[in-house]
Amino acid sequence: MANKKLSKQTIKFDNPPSIIQTASIVGPKEGEGPLARYFDEILDDELWNEKSWEKAESKILRECINKVVKKSAKAFTDVNYILAGDLLNQCISSNYAIRETDVPFFGLYGACSTMSESLSLAAMIIDGGFADYVIAAASSHFCSAERQFRVPLELGTQRPLTSQWTVTGAGASLLSSSGNGPYITHVTTGKIIDMGINDSNNMGAAMAPAAADTIYAHFDSTGILPDSYDLIITGDLGYVGLEIASDILSKMGLKISDKLTDCGVMIFDREHQDVHAGGSGCGCCASVFNGYLYNQITSGNFNKILFVATGALMSPTSIQQGETIPGIAHAVTIQKNRE
Amino acid sequence: MLIQTDNMEARMDSLFTKKEYQDYVKKKSPNTSIIKNVIWAFIVGGIICTIGEAFSNFYVAKGFDKDTVSNLTSMTMIFLGAFLTGINVYDEIGKRAGAGSIVPITGFANSIVSPAMEYKSEGYILGVGSKMFIIAGPVLVFGIASSVIIGILFYIFTGV
Repeated sequence: MANKKLSKQTIKFDNPPSIIQTASIVGPKEGEGPLARYFDEILDDELWNEKSWEKAESKILRECINKVVKKSAKAFTDVNYILAGDLLNQCISSNYAIRETDVPFFGLYGACSTMSESLSLAAMIIDGGFADYVIAAASSHFCSAERQFRVPLELGTQRPLTSQWTVTGAGASLLSSSGNGPYITHVTTGKIIDMGINDSNNMGAAMAPAAADTIYAHFDSTGILPDSYDLIITGDLGYVGLEIASDILSKMGLKISDKLTDCGVMIFDREHQDVHAGGSGCGCCASVFNGYLYNQITSGNFNKILFVATGALMSPTSIQQGETIPGIAHAVTIQKNRE
Repeated sequence: MLIQTDNMEARMDSLFTKKEYQDYVKKKSPNTSIIKNVIWAFIVGGIICTIGEAFSNFYVAKGFDKDTVSNLTSMTMIFLGAFLTGINVYDEIGKRAGAGSIVPITGFANSIVSPAMEYKSEGYILGVGSKMFIIAGPVLVFGIASSVIIGILFYIFTGV
């Protein structure tokens, strides 16, 4: 009997797992953005002494996971599972990052929704009684994503104004069955929503309906009032997608635009950083959550947030074959106090 | 207050059909200013061509014949395009100039050198060698194919 299930999409934990520690590492451009002081480490260069962008991304994730273990004064022998994912084919950044940890590993692909996907599943594993310590992590790298999904870096083309800038960075959270919070209390798992957008330079528009759907489903099924949240933050809708999601939600009867923001909007300075519609990538909400948001919750500036990472689940092949872009969003309720 | 249904497609449908959503997204998405793009392309494209003309005049003054001058000028411009790509400058020009820096021969050089740089990490054969024409390949294929077709038509109609 699934007694923790509230509705088709939402679950409520009996013993809410604690996020006992987080770590985040970002690239130089993110380090020039408005959230710079919340990240644990800012790299001077995007290659980080590696020979390829892929190796660099893997190193960022590996170091980030090492950091979260070290910061919490634990060892890898204490960690029961690692759940991680990234954007590269076959999730190589994660596979190589985890290679030396000797910890049971689940590789995830949720595109840019991976951070809330890994948090959701890690919390379920803990509340299910299968583990005491689980790491949830995600990463992305501007240069490795550009070459996989778009064009060579030095090609002299114009980026459309709706395009977003893939964040170079990673974030990792260590969840525990015991601890003093912040607690993960609810998870609303998203469904794939495809409204027929096929422009991979407008992913915000492709993901916005999924974000709106998950947020709506969350409030519809939990009975939690939007007012009880200090912040409802989507993953990487960017400026275009955030406006669309806000519009859809208000058409659905949820007026939450004053609390609604987006990690892709927050991580860069739109005026000075030439990122067009904002940040994107798994590393975007992973670094914003594990850097800025976690800090704001533990310091008491936010008591309760809804973290809704969003993913555009296309591949370069599906785009070339004219397929539309399926969107997804997973929502996680994180609050400072247990009740 | 809230719409009571468990199916988002139905919910979205009650708000938008896919077609309506796509039209709405088009309206919401910012567009680049055509006038600004055209002005940038005109100025940068013009500057590139003026530099080409200057080299052409230089080679004429050196006493080369007409065919050699056009070869030397193309070679110089291709070198400059490749060089500026190599020192990470051409993409900065292209970001503003758009077609102004894509259409001239320097842009063609950029489209070959940039993947060659990008895919060097996969080695010289499977990386540089096979990916070098990933952007320029279609231009070559359809450029050469159309020149062959025009050549055949020219032969049919003029018999030369």
